[in-house]
Amino acid sequence: MTMDHHTSSAAPFRRPPSADGFSRRGFLKAGAAAGGGLMLSLSLPFGDDKTKAADAFVPNAFIRIDRDGQIFLTMPYVEMGQGTYTSISMLIAEELEVDLKQVQPEHARPNEKLYANPLLGVQATGNSNAIRGAWQPLREAGATARTMLVSAAAKRWNVDPSSCRAQSGEVLHMPTGRRLKYGELAADAAHMPVPAKVALKRPDDFKLIGTRAKRLDTPAKVNGTAVYGIDVRPPGVKFATLAQSPAFGGRVKRVDDTAARAVKGVRQIVQLDDAVAVVADHMGAAKKGLAVLKIEWDDGPHAKLNTDNIAQELATATLNAGAVAQNIGDAGKAMAAAVTKVEAIYQVPFLAHATMEPMNCTVHVRKDGCEIWVGSQALARAQAGAAKTLGLPLDKVVVHNHLIGGGFGRRLDVDGVIRAVEIARQVDGPVKVVWTREEDIQHDMYRPYWFDRISAALDENGKPTAWHNRFAGSSVIARWLPPGFKDGLDPDSTEGAIDLVYDFPNFHVEYVRVEPPGIQTAFWRSVGPSHNVFVTESFMDELAAAAKQDAVAYRQALLDKSPRAKAVLELAAEKAGWGQPLPERVGRGVSVQFVFATYLAVVTEVEVSTAGNVRVRRVVCAVECGTVVNPDTVQAQIQSAAVFGITAALHGEITLKDGRVEQTNFDSYQILRIDEAPAIEVYIVQSPEPPGGMGEAGTSAIVPAITNAIFAATGKRLRKLPVDPAALKKSA
Amino acid sequence: MAFAIKVNGKTHSVDVDDDTPLLWVLRDVLGMTGTKFGCGMALCGACTVHVNGEPTRSCITPIDSMGTSAITTIEAIGATSAGAKIQKAWLDREVVQCGYCQSGQIMSAAALLASNPRPTDSDIDNAMSGNICRCGTYVRIREAIKAAASS
Repeated sequence: MTMDHHTSSAAPFRRPPSADGFSRRGFLKAGAAAGGGLMLSLSLPFGDDKTKAADAFVPNAFIRIDRDGQIFLTMPYVEMGQGTYTSISMLIAEELEVDLKQVQPEHARPNEKLYANPLLGVQATGNSNAIRGAWQPLREAGATARTMLVSAAAKRWNVDPSSCRAQSGEVLHMPTGRRLKYGELAADAAHMPVPAKVALKRPDDFKLIGTRAKRLDTPAKVNGTAVYGIDVRPPGVKFATLAQSPAFGGRVKRVDDTAARAVKGVRQIVQLDDAVAVVADHMGAAKKGLAVLKIEWDDGPHAKLNTDNIAQELATATLNAGAVAQNIGDAGKAMAAAVTKVEAIYQVPFLAHATMEPMNCTVHVRKDGCEIWVGSQALARAQAGAAKTLGLPLDKVVVHNHLIGGGFGRRLDVDGVIRAVEIARQVDGPVKVVWTREEDIQHDMYRPYWFDRISAALDENGKPTAWHNRFAGSSVIARWLPPGFKDGLDPDSTEGAIDLVYDFPNFHVEYVRVEPPGIQTAFWRSVGPSHNVFVTESFMDELAAAAKQDAVAYRQALLDKSPRAKAVLELAAEKAGWGQPLPERVGRGVSVQFVFATYLAVVTEVEVSTAGNVRVRRVVCAVECGTVVNPDTVQAQIQSAAVFGITAALHGEITLKDGRVEQTNFDSYQILRIDEAPAIEVYIVQSPEPPGGMGEAGTSAIVPAITNAIFAATGKRLRKLPVDPAALKKSA
Repeated sequence: MAFAIKVNGKTHSVDVDDDTPLLWVLRDVLGMTGTKFGCGMALCGACTVHVNGEPTRSCITPIDSMGTSAITTIEAIGATSAGAKIQKAWLDREVVQCGYCQSGQIMSAAALLASNPRPTDSDIDNAMSGNICRCGTYVRIREAIKAAASS
């Protein structure tokens, strides 16, 4: 398994350490839990795990087996709908030989006394890396606990451990049939030596991994009892909502709050440099107060900024050389010898996350510390941001993490936490700061705008002999994780643009980092690939068209060195009925990719009305993501990511005018609805490889499959997103 | 001013402005947080409750329009036959991902099923297209409604 497909950067964010390279030494410790049970502390890899570099053992996950046999798994990954709670718990339950229901996953809480070590490093759930990172260490942890429980039972019975077996939450002495439950053994097990080496179960013996195990987090989500960050109610909590400077970088000039203060239930107006908040007894009063607040803004340095300015700056930037992300052969020389040359310019817009749970954070600032309730993908970052804002040591900031009502990268940033802390420090008692949907969309941190200049040379048979791509845009990594940006490159911006599945003799890709003024960029479901796969797979389609060849056959011919990619492409094409006739203005489009360590091919069937409106009728996905932990979750994540991608392709666009975002709510920033949602079929190719990431791959793959289908249906090649119906209108 | 509203069969007295949206009375005043805030403009359906059995966007429904209406929220929908069927189908089909919009989805679906025991695809589109799911669980929502209808 080579997850390490990015060859030109040493940046750490993209790739969790491979299972092979993972040293068991120093990642796991065992001991007695408070209350007399067994506690295993382990250090799970994150993308960039500073703890790994340190000599000291810094655990970030804990397995506790109580005297009653209940197993608690405290994990650093957060559940935001992707099924991590369940899949991660399955890994433990499999090796521990317990029912999945016996494992109770919990969000990690820094500073809780039980877990003496605060969480360090870049603790984050993102980049589809939870299962990838946890696959080996969590199973080993489960096997370690199992071995220690067996040892404890063998010692109590005074028998050979090899005559005992763990099953269904108990240890069985096979010759005599004696049994002891884990709960009865947990305290003793804590004093057993930690085995130096444990045997992991063979895939043939898996009882849980590979099954459609039911999710653990769903029952509370269908009866209203699940608690998201926005639902917390610490005693005495007040409710606040806010207006931030409409123009990025603007400031509050003056505020007339007379009318706002007169609203029943409004308690306080909090003024910050660039925002004003209304604090009230309930959100209804806070919103009403905000509506009558008269704020005069100084629009600041970006008052004249428009999207076109940014696009023009990126276009200009691609005229000059960038950092070389990958070079094979001599693309320049091969280009000069081209029989046919194909050139194109592609652009993708800024995108908002628009999570269904609007940004919110509840904070209680006291004289000697601060308590925070939030749903965060980056808990330690939230804690550090709050501590810095308040000038407090880390250990004086307690953060309670909660279920997340949609992350998609938005909650990897903690601007909302810092904003809430700034407000809360002026409020007596706890305050829940909830952004209106308008604030959420207009003050998001956005998926970058990207601009690509791409060209290729074809020989007399239409086969590509050279590929040259230079693109410009913001580097999210450079802001979020500065050490990850090195020599002008970061592994996220280039993923999907380099190390393509195809075999090109001459290949050259450059990246030019350009940060747009005023507007902040952020991770957004499938980030780099959301842009790069659209460009590369659209352009592959252009090459096939220029060569007058079938889009699938053309790709297949270039996949001899990538049999896993070839297999998913073949399967998707077969299941979709590729090549079968379709009515007028209906077309099929294809894409294939290898990103997030997962192979995915998508075929869409798209119908374009005479007015130019596009409807995605059918989606067929074939995926090979290594070992499948939970096939139902894989299917769900691909369906989910595909819908996310259709939204981006057909509707997604954030534009700036006069320094402010023009879109405000779900009327102007549209999300795909059920009446537009196609049937989505998912076919899984079985594989013994370690698991690949599942949360994001579907988003990047579907977008070019849609625009390629539009080309098939209409002959119109769309190189700019979102799809513009006006360009697809049937001419009379 | 003070209002007496009937939520899930129980009468509550609340003292808020007469134009206060029902959503905030439920969530912030009464502490019933199962009903969610999504957009504030009846564009996403996350705040859907039943008022006398009718699916209603609580974020734009002023408290003074409630009168003696019977308000049902996600916390009590399982006590109705349609609600229980929908909840079970949601679990059986593993509809839920982040789950934030699902209170509203379930309330819309339960209202659909109560009024139309055999909904067609087109009925489902009509009843459910006001509810946005950013996790894109639509395929399974459709399947689950059909499963609930045939249960």
